[in-house]
Amino acid sequence: MSNCDTLHTLDAEAKEILAKINARTEPLKKSDRLAIKPLAMPELNPSYRARSMDEVSCGFTESQAMAEALRCLDCKRPFCVEDCPVHIDIPAFIAKIAEGDFKGAIAKIKETSLLPAVCGRVCPQERQCQLNCTVGKFHKDVGKSVGIGRLERFVADYEREYGEIVVPEVKAPTGKKVAVIGSGPAGLVTAADVRREGHEVTIFEAFHKLGGVMRYGIPEFRLPKEIVDREIETLEAMGVQFQTNFVIGRTRKLMDLLHKDGFDAVFIGTGAGLPLFMGIKGESSVGVFAANEYLTRANLMKAYDTQNADTPMWHGKNIVVLGGGNVAMDAARMALRLGAEKVRIVYRRSMAELPARAEEIHHAQEEGVEFCILQNPSEILADEKGRVRGMIIDRYELGEPDAKGRPKPVKLEGQSFEMECDTVLVAIGNGSNPLISQSTPDLKVNKRGNIELSDEDRNKTFVEGIYAGGDIVLGAATVILAMGEGRKAAKGINEYLASK
Amino acid sequence: MAKILFKKQLSPAVYQIRVEAPLIAEERKAGQFIILQIDKDFGERVPLTIADADTKEGSITLIFQSVGKSTKQLATFEVGDDIPVLVGPLGTPTHIEKYGHVVCVCGGVGIAPMHPIVQAMKAAGNKITTIMGARNKDLFLMKEEMEALSDELILMTDDGSLGRKGLVTEPLKELCEQARKPDLVIAIGPPAMMKFSALTTKPYQIKTMVSLNSIMVDGTGMCGGCRVNIGDTVKFVCVDGPEFDGHQVDWENMMQRMNAFKDEEDESVHRFGTHNANHKCRIDKMTDDKIKENEKGA
Ligand SMILES: Cc1cc2nc3c(=O)[nH]c(=O)nc-3n(C[C@H](O)[C@H](O)[C@H](O)COP(=O)(O)OP(=O)(O)OC[C@H]3O[C@@H](n4cnc5c(N)ncnc54)[C@H](O)[C@@H]3O)c2cc1C
Ligand SMILES: Cc1cc2nc3c(=O)[nH]c(=O)nc-3n(C[C@H](O)[C@H](O)[C@H](O)COP(=O)(O)OP(=O)(O)OC[C@H]3O[C@@H](n4cnc5c(N)ncnc54)[C@H](O)[C@@H]3O)c2cc1C
Ligand code: SF4
Ligand code: SF4
Ligand code: FES
Repeated sequence: MSNCDTLHTLDAEAKEILAKINARTEPLKKSDRLAIKPLAMPELNPSYRARSMDEVSCGFTESQAMAEALRCLDCKRPFCVEDCPVHIDIPAFIAKIAEGDFKGAIAKIKETSLLPAVCGRVCPQERQCQLNCTVGKFHKDVGKSVGIGRLERFVADYEREYGEIVVPEVKAPTGKKVAVIGSGPAGLVTAADVRREGHEVTIFEAFHKLGGVMRYGIPEFRLPKEIVDREIETLEAMGVQFQTNFVIGRTRKLMDLLHKDGFDAVFIGTGAGLPLFMGIKGESSVGVFAANEYLTRANLMKAYDTQNADTPMWHGKNIVVLGGGNVAMDAARMALRLGAEKVRIVYRRSMAELPARAEEIHHAQEEGVEFCILQNPSEILADEKGRVRGMIIDRYELGEPDAKGRPKPVKLEGQSFEMECDTVLVAIGNGSNPLISQSTPDLKVNKRGNIELSDEDRNKTFVEGIYAGGDIVLGAATVILAMGEGRKAAKGINEYLASK
Repeated sequence: MAKILFKKQLSPAVYQIRVEAPLIAEERKAGQFIILQIDKDFGERVPLTIADADTKEGSITLIFQSVGKSTKQLATFEVGDDIPVLVGPLGTPTHIEKYGHVVCVCGGVGIAPMHPIVQAMKAAGNKITTIMGARNKDLFLMKEEMEALSDELILMTDDGSLGRKGLVTEPLKELCEQARKPDLVIAIGPPAMMKFSALTTKPYQIKTMVSLNSIMVDGTGMCGGCRVNIGDTVKFVCVDGPEFDGHQVDWENMMQRMNAFKDEEDESVHRFGTHNANHKCRIDKMTDDKIKENEKGA
């Protein structure tokens, strides 16, 4: 935290706000609460952090959290709760923060959410809990909504830093066994909820490390891996077993788990994990990477640590990232940290349509990532050794809205130009990995390869005893949605095992 | 973790190891591979073909050439040591059926992946001609095993020290020119060898399968790093392969992509070498720790 140079000033400001309020005799009125300015997140200086893997946001101080908590109006109809995919009782946990009861606040959150330290950091709050917050509506600026995610993160970090993580209680052994495939958020949540009922749980993970995208995709500077480690330690303490380096569909067939290995139910949480490419000429050139590969090399294989890691990293100087979602922002910001001199994001719609979290876009801009909007490549150019030397870029304008209501990009004829670069990172989305569905013919999948459910409230598939959730069902989605799916699946599995 | 049960040096740079892996031994089929790491935190993921398996012992056999940092370091592992990460079997198994006459062309360390394929093709009732190539007589791997499995074995060396002097494509061409052409050719070895084998059979329209060894990270279809152009489509070697129709492979692109990290790899070997001289590298540390442990135990 020592590198966070705004922390001190921001904390002092918060203390001042609290002191003024404490000096009052009459209770806070709604108008008083609305008058409190949103508390700013202490962050590392952009020029420093763009070359460092340290976490960018340093987190609220206690005073900041308490002051921010006072901004909540405790609405009669809390839209925030409705818009949170797992319906955390937001006004209740915020009220506890305002009282200084941080432990009470985290306990409230954990009634519904298992990974608050993660969700507080990575949820697209401006599109979920903070979208229709009354305070934001009043100020006509979603950016001025109550900082729900920041408060959630604060209490989760408080709990972790003070070593008071409560290990959920596990009921007496039932003798039933459940296999969970994949250790991303969907799998972890399912494992926890099923384990609580006293069933034996084994998580099977293809990689040598646990956490799914939280481990190999989302970078350290946004989600420190220590947080993921602690969540997994909690599961270990509950008695969940882990089998890493184990690919279901290859090391063992899915149905063998049920028929040969004595598992009574299975949950599939294998994520999206199939990188999509543009399908343009030159895309196989040396220096074109799927963002998945680039980020996996850097995060999971620690290739940023050139002194110790054996996995080589591609050290481009002039890097272009294709796409505008979280994956694109992470790839672009990682590229800066790996020493790129120039990093550009090429996106075919405008800034308003960028699907990434607002905070990520803002951070990327601060760090020096350039945004080339209304542009899209039609060809990647290579030199005589097959290495990327540039791209042919077409220009676009926004046209009529498409089926999803987003304006369609329309190509402008005769305006193409050549853009120089030595590296292209493709971050245009992920399809679903077909390893399991291919080796388990009875599972129903839709045309995009996502597993279909027969009961959406319990995340039950069309095969008895098999449940599924997260990105493998939803398509590339979010951590909190994956978590919510895990919750529902666990409920389904627990009911199923109770009736068996 | 997988314990090393047996180790043998087959030639100056090629090693054979047998490692404990009961589930992989049970599930694996010809043409599949594993990925291993020699360090859980910092090791790179190294794909190696499963050369053989023993379900009774619960072990698989790997044959590897020490070409770079990771495989050189793996060569220092001894019987009793654990390989910290081993995952598999990966890839799509070879399609085995009775074709008739199958010609298996292999060179160098490519002989190892060919062995289980020859085994399975023979078991399916095919007549097998194996053409094996090496620089000189000392570099042939698994000669006895291949001889026992093949109806005919043709050895080729660059220097003529054993068998015929010349390239594997010469006898391959002769076989293609016979009245009764081979029904299937399988070529596994260095990319250049596979490329020229495919070029040799192309005019005769003999189906030719090759096993590609592109650079891999996860090995499960998640990263896209192993992609190759096959005809008009892009395929992932780790899940769609490693075997493909050799006549469809875009060899130039495949070879360029294999060299993508050449400088970094050389640098890494160099660092490994110098560290070794200073007795400071991680393997040395591991050995030191082991000695200490033994001393404590005594
Ligand atoms: C770079 C990046 C940035 C992102 N940023 C955000 C963000 O800011 N906010 C947000 O909410 N969401 C973000 N997301 C999306 C979010 O991470 C995913 O929606 C979420 O992780 C999905 O969870 P999951 O449990 O379904 O799958 P995953 O997290 O993908 O985990 C699946 C796990 O299953 C394993 N697996 C796969 N197949 C097998 C098999 N056959 N056998 C055994 N194991 C298997 C995989 O190795 C993996 O560990 C981001 C995604 C990426 C890639
Ligand atoms: C499906 C498959 C099966 C293979 N089977 C065998 C086998 O049975 N025996 C054997 O000796 N070798 C085999 N290889 C090749 C082996 O994986 C590489 O030699 C090894 O990864 C080199 O690692 P290194 O760190 O020692 O060398 P490096 O210094 O990293 O590289 C040396 C050379 O190996 C290639 N290489 C590097 N990293 C990888 C990687 N992750 N995946 C593939 N190639 C890479 C590079 O093109 C380079 O030219 C196989 C490769 C594949 C893809
Ligand atoms: S889980 Fe996500 S959406 Fe729900 S309250 Fe927390 S930050 Fe908001
Ligand atoms: S909508 Fe906003 S102000 Fe209202 S309860 Fe939720 S967080 Fe508080
Ligand atoms: S190695 Fe990653 S997709 Fe094949």
